[in-house]
Amino acid sequence: MTQAQLQESANPAQSEEHGVRKWRDYFSFNTDHKVIGIQYLVTTFIFYCIGGVLADLVRTELRTPETDFVSPEVYNSLFTLHATIMIFLWIVPAGAGFANYLIPLMIGAKDMAFPRLNAVAFWMIPPAGLLLISSLLVGDAPDAGWTSYPPLSLVTGQVGEAIWIMSVLLLGTSSILGAINFLVTIWKMRIPGMTVYQMPLFCWAMIATSAITLLSTPVLAGALVLLGFDLLAGTTFFNPTGGGDPIVYQHMFWFYSHPAVYIMILPFFGLISEILPVHARKPVFGYQAIAYSSLAISFLGLIVWAHHMFTSGIPGWLRMFFMITTMIIAVPTGIKVFSWVATVWGGKLRLNSAMLFAMGFVGTFVIGGISGVMLAAVPFDIHVHDTYFVVAHLHYVLFGGSVLGIFAGYYHWFPKITGRMLNEFWGKVHFALTIVGLNLTFLPMHKLGMMGMNRRIAVYDPKFETINFICTMGSYLLAVSTFPFIINAIWSWMYGSKAGNNPWQALTLEWMTTSPPAIENFDKLPVLATGPYDYGMSNADDEEVEVPLSDEREPALAAGPNSALRADPDPKFAANPEDRK
Amino acid sequence: MQSQTIDPAKTALNYHHTEAEAHHEEHPDHRITGLIMFLVAEGMIFFGMFGAYLAFRSVLPSWPPEGTPELELLLPGVNTIILISSSFVIHNADTAIKKNDVPRMRTWLAITAAMGAIFLAGQLYEYSNLEFGLTTNLFASAFYVLTGFHGLHVFIGLVAILAVLWRSRVSGHYSNEKHFGVEAAEIYWHFVDVVWIVLFGLLYIL
Repeated sequence: MTQAQLQESANPAQSEEHGVRKWRDYFSFNTDHKVIGIQYLVTTFIFYCIGGVLADLVRTELRTPETDFVSPEVYNSLFTLHATIMIFLWIVPAGAGFANYLIPLMIGAKDMAFPRLNAVAFWMIPPAGLLLISSLLVGDAPDAGWTSYPPLSLVTGQVGEAIWIMSVLLLGTSSILGAINFLVTIWKMRIPGMTVYQMPLFCWAMIATSAITLLSTPVLAGALVLLGFDLLAGTTFFNPTGGGDPIVYQHMFWFYSHPAVYIMILPFFGLISEILPVHARKPVFGYQAIAYSSLAISFLGLIVWAHHMFTSGIPGWLRMFFMITTMIIAVPTGIKVFSWVATVWGGKLRLNSAMLFAMGFVGTFVIGGISGVMLAAVPFDIHVHDTYFVVAHLHYVLFGGSVLGIFAGYYHWFPKITGRMLNEFWGKVHFALTIVGLNLTFLPMHKLGMMGMNRRIAVYDPKFETINFICTMGSYLLAVSTFPFIINAIWSWMYGSKAGNNPWQALTLEWMTTSPPAIENFDKLPVLATGPYDYGMSNADDEEVEVPLSDEREPALAAGPNSALRADPDPKFAANPEDRK
Repeated sequence: MQSQTIDPAKTALNYHHTEAEAHHEEHPDHRITGLIMFLVAEGMIFFGMFGAYLAFRSVLPSWPPEGTPELELLLPGVNTIILISSSFVIHNADTAIKKNDVPRMRTWLAITAAMGAIFLAGQLYEYSNLEFGLTTNLFASAFYVLTGFHGLHVFIGLVAILAVLWRSRVSGHYSNEKHFGVEAAEIYWHFVDVVWIVLFGLLYIL
C-alpha cells in the first residue's frame, strides 16, 4: 500500500457528488470559502488581463524613442494603473484566493473561522477595482506612479489621486480582513491531532503572510489618510511648502510596501512547497527549515523598508542598517531555494505543467533574488536607482516568481477545484511561451538599467532603441502566451476528462475529498494516516495493514502519527507519554 | 396514496442540505480572537500616525512651530480622567454579566456610555475654543487629525455600547454563558482608552 492509498483509505471520500453549485452562487454574496476562493481567483485573473493590456500599451510606447503612440501624460497614467492593478488587484488578492480555497481543506475544517467576514473582504475588491479603472473614464487617471510620492502626487490631478487613495484604502481593508480570517482559521480550526508540524507548508506561509499584512497594511492606510488630507483639505503633512516632510510619507509608504513584496511572494513559496514534493514523489526536504524561514522572512521584511530610499537623503547609519538587514533576508530565502532543489533532487519527476511552472518559478526567482541582493548594496543602488535595472529586478521576482507560482497553483489545483483535468499539451505550450516571453522582456532590461535608462519616462535616448525593441516583442509574446491558458481553462472546465479525487496521488487533506469538494468539505472528520509529505516512504512490510477509519470517535485512536494504535509512534507527537521519550 | 409516497433519495438529500446549513454555525466561537487581531491592525494605524508625528517633530527646527498658541491642559486633563475611569466602569459591566446580572450590567454600560459622550462633548468644546484651525500649521493639522481619528473611534465604541444596551432589553439575549457583545464592546473600549493615553502624552505633555 502506498502512502497515498493509506491516506485515502483512512479518509474514504463519499461517493455521491454534491459539491456542484449553481452558477448564480458564484455571482452572489456567498459564505462558502470554496466559492469565495474561486471568486477571488477568477476576478484577480480578469484584473491580470487588464493590467497586462496596460503593460503592452506601455511597451508599445517604448518601442521607439519618441512619443509616437500616446502622450507622456497618458503614458504616466498607464504605468501607474498597470502597477497598481498588478499589485493590489492581481498578485495580493490571488494569494488570498488560494488561501481561501485551500486552507480549510488542508486543515480539515468545514469553512473559514468567519465566513461572512470572508465574503465581505472579497466583495470589497470588485468595487475598488472598478473605481480605479473608472478614473480613466473621468479623464483624470492617477499618474504619480504606484508609489504616489508627494509632492508630485499632490499636483498631478486631484480627482485621479483621490480615486487612487480610495481604491487602495478599500483593497488594504480587504486584505487586512482576509489576514485576520486566515490567522484565526489556521490557528484554531485544525482537525484535532494535527500539530503545527503536520500542517502543509502553505499554511505556514499564510501565517507569515497574514502576520505582515496585519502589521504593515494599516500603516499604509495611515499614510494614505494623511495624504488624502493634504490633497483635499489643504494640510501640509507631506508638502514642504507648508513645512511638511515628504520623506515621512516615503517611510510610511515603504513600511507597508516593502513587506508587501513578501505578501506577494510568500503565499507562492507555500504553493511551490506543496507542488514540488507531490510531483517529485519525494518527502519535502527540510520541512521545519522551510516553515521557519517563512517566519524569518516575515519578521526581517518589516525592518528593511528604507532600502527603497537610499537616494532620498537618509543618514549614513540608516543606510548601513538597512543594507545589512536587506542582505540578511537572502539567508532564509536561500534556505528555501536549497530545500526546494534538494526536494526535487533525485526524485521521480513528473514533468507536467504544474511541475514545469514550479521549477520555472525556482529558476527565475533566483535571478530576481540575486539582483535584489545587488540592489541592497548602497553604492550599486545609488548607481542604478530609478533605472530599468530596478524594473528588471522587480519583474523577475513578481512575474518570474509570483505569477509563475500562481500558474503552477492553477495547474496543480485545477482538478480539485473543477473536478476536471487541464490539457497537458496546451499547458506545456503555455509554459514554454511564458518562460521565453518573460526572459525576452525582462532580461534585456538589466542591461538598459546599467546603461542608465530611466524608468517611468516615455522618451529615451535613441541608443537604447534596439534593446527596447526586444523587450517590447517579449511583452507581446507574453500577451500571446496567456491565450492557450485561457482557452485551455475554459475548455477543460467544461469538457476536460474527469479528474477523480486524487489525480496526483497527493497526501494533503484537500485531496481526501471529492473533486470538486463537497459543500461541507468532508463527510467525517478527516484523520491523518501519514504526514503531509511522506511520499515514497516504506510501509510495505505488511500489506494487510488495517487502517482505522475516520469514524473512530477519538482522533487519537484513529490512524495518524500520534495514534495510540501505532506500533512505533513518532516520539514527537505520541499520545502515550511513555512513547514520547 | 400515490401522492404520499416519499422518495427516500430526496429526503436524504434534503436532510443533508439542512445539516450542511446548520453546520456553519457550529464551530466554537473565535470572534474574540478575531477582534483582538483586528485591534492589532487598528493599533498599527495609530502607530504609523504617531511615528509620523514624532518624525515631523524631530525634523522641524522648533516644535510646535513658532506662533502656535499654547494648549490649555485643564479641560483635556479632566476629559482624560473621565475616559480612563470609564474603562474601570465598563469592566464592572463585564463582571456583572458573568454573574448573569443583566440589570446591573445595563447600569454600568449606561454610565460608560454617558462618560464617553461627555468625553466627546468635551472634545468638541475644546475644538471650538482653539485658536488654530486644521491648516494653520503642521502641529495644528496633526492635532486635529490625530484627536479626530481617535474621536471617531470613541464614537464607534459609544455606538457599540449603545447597541449592546439596546439588544439587552430582550431578557436572555446576554447571559453568563453568551455575552460576546458585552465583551467585545469592553475590549474595544479599553483599546480606545490606551490609544488616548499615548495620544495625550504625545500631543499635550511631550
